[in-house]
Amino acid sequence: MSLNAPTSQSATDLTFAVQQTTPLPPRRKVHRKTWQTALWLIGLIALTAIVLYPLVWLAFSTFKPNGEFGQNPGLIPNSPTFDNYTKVLEGIAGVPLWKFFWNSLILAVAAVVGTVLSSALAAYAFARIQFKGLGILFAAMIGTLLLPFHVVIIPQYILFNNFGLVDTFWPLILPKFLATEAFFVFLLVQFMRQMPRDMDEAARIDGAGHVRIFWAIILPLVKPALITCAIFAFIWSWNDFLGPLLYLTSPENYPLPIALRLYNDQSSTSDYGATVTASFLALLPVLIFFLVFQRFLVDGVATQGLKG
Amino acid sequence: MSTTATRVIVTGDKRRKALLRTRRPENLDRPGQRARSRRETLAGYGFLVPWLIGFFGLTIIPMVYSLYLSFTRYNIFQPPSWIGLDNYIRLFTNDPQFIQSAQITLVYVLVGTPITLAAALVVAMLLNFRDKGSGFFRSAFYAPSLIGGSVSVAIVWRAMFAGDGPVDSSLSFFGLDLGGWIGNPDLVLPAMIVLSIWQFGATMVIFLAGLKQIPKELYEAAEMDGANAWHRFRAVTLPMLSPVIFFNLLLGLIGAFQVFASAYIISNGSGGPAGMTNFITLYLYKRGFADGQMGYAAAIAWVLLVVVAVIAFVLFRTQRSWVHYAGDNR
Repeated sequence: MSLNAPTSQSATDLTFAVQQTTPLPPRRKVHRKTWQTALWLIGLIALTAIVLYPLVWLAFSTFKPNGEFGQNPGLIPNSPTFDNYTKVLEGIAGVPLWKFFWNSLILAVAAVVGTVLSSALAAYAFARIQFKGLGILFAAMIGTLLLPFHVVIIPQYILFNNFGLVDTFWPLILPKFLATEAFFVFLLVQFMRQMPRDMDEAARIDGAGHVRIFWAIILPLVKPALITCAIFAFIWSWNDFLGPLLYLTSPENYPLPIALRLYNDQSSTSDYGATVTASFLALLPVLIFFLVFQRFLVDGVATQGLKG
Repeated sequence: MSTTATRVIVTGDKRRKALLRTRRPENLDRPGQRARSRRETLAGYGFLVPWLIGFFGLTIIPMVYSLYLSFTRYNIFQPPSWIGLDNYIRLFTNDPQFIQSAQITLVYVLVGTPITLAAALVVAMLLNFRDKGSGFFRSAFYAPSLIGGSVSVAIVWRAMFAGDGPVDSSLSFFGLDLGGWIGNPDLVLPAMIVLSIWQFGATMVIFLAGLKQIPKELYEAAEMDGANAWHRFRAVTLPMLSPVIFFNLLLGLIGAFQVFASAYIISNGSGGPAGMTNFITLYLYKRGFADGQMGYAAAIAWVLLVVVAVIAFVLFRTQRSWVHYAGDNR
C-alpha cells in the first residue's frame, strides 16, 4: 500500500523506504508493480489505437486517389496525391469551399456570443438573486434539460417561416441569444453558486446593484466556466446538422455539415476522395480546438457532467 | 438569510420573532424589507428576460402548439384542420414504418446505452488505477464524443464499414466474411450502435471524476475485512458511484433517442437499407419536412416526448432502491 501513497519522492526512494521498514522481500512486489504498469500501458495504448483509428484513417485517406477507395482499405495511400485537396477547394454546387467555412464561422461565433451572454445573465438570476418564483422557474429550467429538442422543431419552423426568416441565419442565431440551451445555464449556475457571498455583500454595502456585481465581480470569477461554455457552444454550432438542414435552403448559405451532405449525395460512389477530404477539413477546426483547450473541455465535462 | 428571517416573521412565531427582534434589529424594518424583496424580484426577472422569452416563446408555447397540431391535419400552406385522435390511431394501427422506426430506435437506445455505460465504467476504472499518464488517455478517449454526432464522422463511418472497407477487410482477414455493414439490413444497426459506443469518452470522464471522489478508506476497510476485488467493486464502487451512474444513464438514454445526423448521412436521408436506420427523429423529419405532414410529425414528436418522460419518471422513481446518496442512511 505504501507504494501507492502519493508523495513527491522518486520511485527509488520509496523502494528504499519499503525495504527499510518491511522485513518481507520487497523486490517481488516491486516487480509485480512494474509488470502491472506495463500491462496497463500496453492495454490502454492498444485501446487508444482502436479508438483513434477512424480519425487517423480519415487523415491519411485524404491523400488517396479516387481509385484507391474500395481497393486499399489500409492506412497508407499506394500513390499519394494532393488532387483531393485541389478538387475540394474549388467547392461544390458553384459555391467555393471557403464560403461554407465562412458561414459555419459566422454561425459559431454568433452562437458563442449569444450563448455566453444570455446564459450568464440567466445563471446569475438563478444562482445569486432571491426572488419570488425562483424555485419553480429553476425547476422548469432543469426540466428543459431533459426535453427532446425534436418536440419543438415543427412549431419553431412554423414561427420562423411566418416571420419570413427561413433561409436566413436568424432561426439558428436567435435562440442562442435566448439561453435555450439549458446545459449552459445549469453549468454556470453551478459555478456561480460556489462563489463566496461576502464579496457581493461588501459590494452591496458600497452601494453596488446587481448589474455592477454581475459585471464586475461574478463574471470575472467564473471566467473558466465561461470559457468552457464558449468552446462547447462553438463546437456544437459547428457540428449542428438538423438546424441548418431545416432552415437553410440555398447553397450559398450552407454551413459545412450541409455542404458535406452535397458531396455525400452527389458523389456517393464516384468521388470518395473529395467527400473524405472535405469531411476532414470540416473536422479540423474542432480537432484543433480540442488539442488547444482539452483541459477546459475535459474538466468541464468532469465537474458538470456535460456531454460532448 | 434575509428570506428565511422574513418567513419566520410571517409565520407569526412570537417567541422567535421576539428573539429576532433583540438580535437582528434590521429585520424589524418590515416596509424596508418588503421594498428590498420587491427590488430583488424585479432584478431577478430583469436578468431572466432573455431566458424567459426563450423559455416561453421557443419552448413552452411551441410545445403546446405542437400538441394541438398533433390533433390536426396540417401542411403549412392551409390552416390546420382538427381530426381528433386520427394521427395517433394511424401511428399505432396503420403505419408499419412507424412501428419499425420505434422498434429500431428502442433497440438502438436500450442496447447502445448500457454497453456505452459499461465500457465507460471499465475504462474509467482502468484509468483510475494509476494517475501518471492517465491524463493523456483520458483526453484521447474523450475526443470522439466531441465529434461523434457530426456529419464528418458519419461519412467516415460509412467508409469504414463499407464493403471492402477497413472493417470488412480486417474481419475477412480473421476469416469472418460479413461484407459491407452499411448496405446490409442486419448489420447497419450494429454499425450505428458501434458508432454510439465509440463515443463513450464523455461518460467515462464523468465516471472517472466520480471514482476519484470515493474515499480511499472505504477500500482499505473493505480489504481489511477480506473483500476481494469483485466484492470491493460490488460493495464500495457501485454504491458510491450510483448517483453518477444514474446521471449518465438518464442523459445517455435521452441523448440516444435523439440521434439524427449519423442516421441521415449513413442512409443518404432515406432511413435505409430496409428502414433499419429510420430512427424516430429521422422519420419525424421525413414526414414533417419532406412529405409536409406537419400534424402527423407533431404526433410522432409527442409520442417521443411521452416515451422519454416515462423513462425519466421510471428512473427517478426507482432511484430510491439503487441510488445511494452520501449522508443518506436509508
